[in-house]
Amino acid sequence: MGAISSQLVATRGQSIPISQYLVAGAVALFLVLFLVIPVATVIIVAFIDPRAGGFTLVNFADFFRNDLFMRSFGNSVYVSAMAVAWGTVFALPLAYITSRFQFRGAVLIQTLGVVPLIMPPFAGAVAMQLLFGRNGSFNLILGDWFDINVPFMEGLNGVILLQAIHYFPFILLNVSASLANIDRAMEESAQNLGSSGFRLFSKIVFPLAMPGYVAGASLVFIKVFDDLATPLLLNVKDMLAPQAYLRITSIGLSDPMGYVISVVLIVVSMLAMWIATMATRGRDYATVQRGGGGLAKREMKGLDKIIAYAVVFLILALTLAPHVGLILLSLATVWSFSPVPDGYTLTHYGKVFTESPLFIWNTLLYATLAGVISVIIGSAIAWLVQRTKIPGRQILDYLAMGALAVPGVVIGIGYLRTYYGVTLPSGQSLATFWFMIVIALAVRRLPYALRACTAGLQQVSPQLEEAAENLGATKARTVRKILLPLMAGGMLAGFVTAFATASVELSATMMLVQNTSDAPLAYGLYVYMQSPAGRGPGAALGMIAVVIVGLCTYLSHWLLDRERSGTVKH
Amino acid sequence: MAIEAATRARASGVMVEDVNLSYGATHVLKSINLEVRPGEFFAFLGPSGCGKTTLLRLIAGFNIAQSGRVMIGGDDISSLPPWKRDVGMVFQSYALWPHMTVAKNVAFGLEERRIPKPEIDRRVKAALELVSLDHLAERRPSQLSGGQQQRVAVARTVVIEPKVLLLDEPLSNLDAKMRVQVRRELRELQQRLGLTTIFVTHDQEEANTICDRIAVMNDGIIQQVGTPMELYEKPANLFVAGFLGAANILEGDVLADGADRAFQIRGGARLPIPRGLAADAASRLVFRPQYAELIRTNCAGEGDALTGQVVHREFLGATVRYSVALGSSEVTVEVPFQSGSSLIDVGEMVTVSLAPDRMQFLSA
Repeated sequence: MGAISSQLVATRGQSIPISQYLVAGAVALFLVLFLVIPVATVIIVAFIDPRAGGFTLVNFADFFRNDLFMRSFGNSVYVSAMAVAWGTVFALPLAYITSRFQFRGAVLIQTLGVVPLIMPPFAGAVAMQLLFGRNGSFNLILGDWFDINVPFMEGLNGVILLQAIHYFPFILLNVSASLANIDRAMEESAQNLGSSGFRLFSKIVFPLAMPGYVAGASLVFIKVFDDLATPLLLNVKDMLAPQAYLRITSIGLSDPMGYVISVVLIVVSMLAMWIATMATRGRDYATVQRGGGGLAKREMKGLDKIIAYAVVFLILALTLAPHVGLILLSLATVWSFSPVPDGYTLTHYGKVFTESPLFIWNTLLYATLAGVISVIIGSAIAWLVQRTKIPGRQILDYLAMGALAVPGVVIGIGYLRTYYGVTLPSGQSLATFWFMIVIALAVRRLPYALRACTAGLQQVSPQLEEAAENLGATKARTVRKILLPLMAGGMLAGFVTAFATASVELSATMMLVQNTSDAPLAYGLYVYMQSPAGRGPGAALGMIAVVIVGLCTYLSHWLLDRERSGTVKH
Repeated sequence: MAIEAATRARASGVMVEDVNLSYGATHVLKSINLEVRPGEFFAFLGPSGCGKTTLLRLIAGFNIAQSGRVMIGGDDISSLPPWKRDVGMVFQSYALWPHMTVAKNVAFGLEERRIPKPEIDRRVKAALELVSLDHLAERRPSQLSGGQQQRVAVARTVVIEPKVLLLDEPLSNLDAKMRVQVRRELRELQQRLGLTTIFVTHDQEEANTICDRIAVMNDGIIQQVGTPMELYEKPANLFVAGFLGAANILEGDVLADGADRAFQIRGGARLPIPRGLAADAASRLVFRPQYAELIRTNCAGEGDALTGQVVHREFLGATVRYSVALGSSEVTVEVPFQSGSSLIDVGEMVTVSLAPDRMQFLSA
């Protein structure tokens, strides 16, 4: 009967109230102005002859004939694929061991495993150079003991390592969620039939967790492919996203190559998403048994146990290395050609707080506003899709999710091209007005906020709303007194994800910041890190970012737990 | 107590007039006409998909019919939104709001009616006392058992003193033992409150035990309305006969010979149809297993006797159930078990003896 009644909710009433059209119209306007038009502009410009005007494929021909671009393309694909591979190596053992075995500190590992996400990858770049670079701590020690030097951070290797460390939590989280949703009887029956150890994992556990893995892996691929700041900070310029940035900033908005590269970025991102969708179609294995007693965790013995602890320790040590390096760097007086800094000081933090507190305030302001906007739009779309029959509601959902496939560089370029000519009353160009950074961040974070709001709304049974209407509450009051409080958890989760990721975002921001006084923390960090003298303050700024994001994440978990303890599942 | 007096005074009849409802091409409710009397405990009974929940939700205002109207206490409420109808509904899932305490859940409807705080407190307390849960007022719904949640859902609904109480399969989420207890409590509460109550269920035992009258539904059509006894004794058609209790249904043809009619069982005996009993060309012979008797016999069936072989026997304690092959069909007969008497064995020939007033000729 449940399925029937939820279907009925959507069909109740014959005519659609005007208020629903207003909400849908506002959402559509936002998406068209700040996602559709800018992206369409970028795509169209890529196909226009810069001199003669009119349609042409010459720009693409130029792109494919250019050695630098082709090498950049190859590098981007290679780096993304390798980052996925290494991310898998980091994530799978952590996910499997903590979810299937009795493991001391499993919760701690799950938490620490997510920590890399809350640090901007470029923030750790310099720290990682100092730890793993040619003259970094690790190679200095290796050199002393074995007289070898491992090129962890040389060229593309550095980008791969940093990206893998930063993004592997996406795989960890998705695979863990998949594993948690698999009926334990699946594994128990395999064990009952004589399977164990690696065969059990490769034949039963991993295939069942495949949908989660593919979702996580494709996300990592796209993120790495589109990332701009990390390669730039490591001084790797022959990758696609940096090339697009360099063309636009050095040659100008009229150069078609930046737009062609943008189109390539979009196409590859969408292709990756499409492949992931195809690969997991019809393979939703979530099979939690009814009234099941949770997952039985197995006991590990002897050598297995030692190996497992060693593996987990090694992975965590490596993935937390950027944080350790960043802390040391932010406190170091001088740190060069030595395993650890020569001395320690707090002056970098003092310098950051006196010289550039504006970066911090800008970040808090932008990320808060972006989070609020993305949650408002996200929950409006979730509500329109799930609770109304308004025509075209699904299109809004697809559009908003489509932002996932649009790299930050493309959004940045699109805004500049579309809104540069629009001037504000003050005479400033709309494209360089600080609020456009907020909008760009909100659009970029919208998919996350939308997913969280959708999940939050799905957990609210339509019967809860009907019960309120039955007892005399109007639709508006039902939304306020029943729906919003019950959705609050999902909305909060959406806000925090959007806030945390927006506060360390740099791709779109790098294109849009025209004035240092409008710059957020991530941009400031980038500027600091350009010079050796700025490394210390830059690291201090990075630590502040980590603390802000970490605090917010903790706060949201705390709030969600408190909320959850008082709820029933329907 | 206040609630009882108020609900008794407000109890209203429900009239459903010529209602049709479709979802796209699916015609879910077909020309429904129905009257529920004030203070009556009424059931919509039928298999899943028969439209009973749709009809209930129509009365609550969650579905809108393409034609027809719903009247409560003489007023046409068809165009009112759910929040202006004053019909209390207890949902199948109870739909208790997890973010509110039990007391806040119960107070909700009164707050929506802008009733002064002291009166709300008094009425919430009275409603919770009514379902013996006043000691759990400050708990969250998740801290209650299934039976307690169900009682909170009932309290939350009756506290607004609705004109009609709607119960959507309220027992389906309870275990078997609780179900028997709760249905009795529901009946007692309904009697005390004098509330017009409509109860949706697919379980004939539930409907029989607590309802005054039942509307049996199938395929979007009300098949028959009556008391449980009427439906059992005088089913209007084959569906009702088969849905309420066990029934033997024998196919055959009605033969007319002047004023005398007979029923020719397909591949079997021919029985005279008692005078005054309705039977049309498409009729089948229907009788309850316990309304027939078995007599041992030696010869194979001839003429107007229902004679056949016992093919299966089940001892049920109070009764013995025999399956008897009659021509191409098989009938079930239940005979009271008398201590010391001998049972008929599988393979023996018997005559199924059926009193004329126990026969019915029904069509679909």
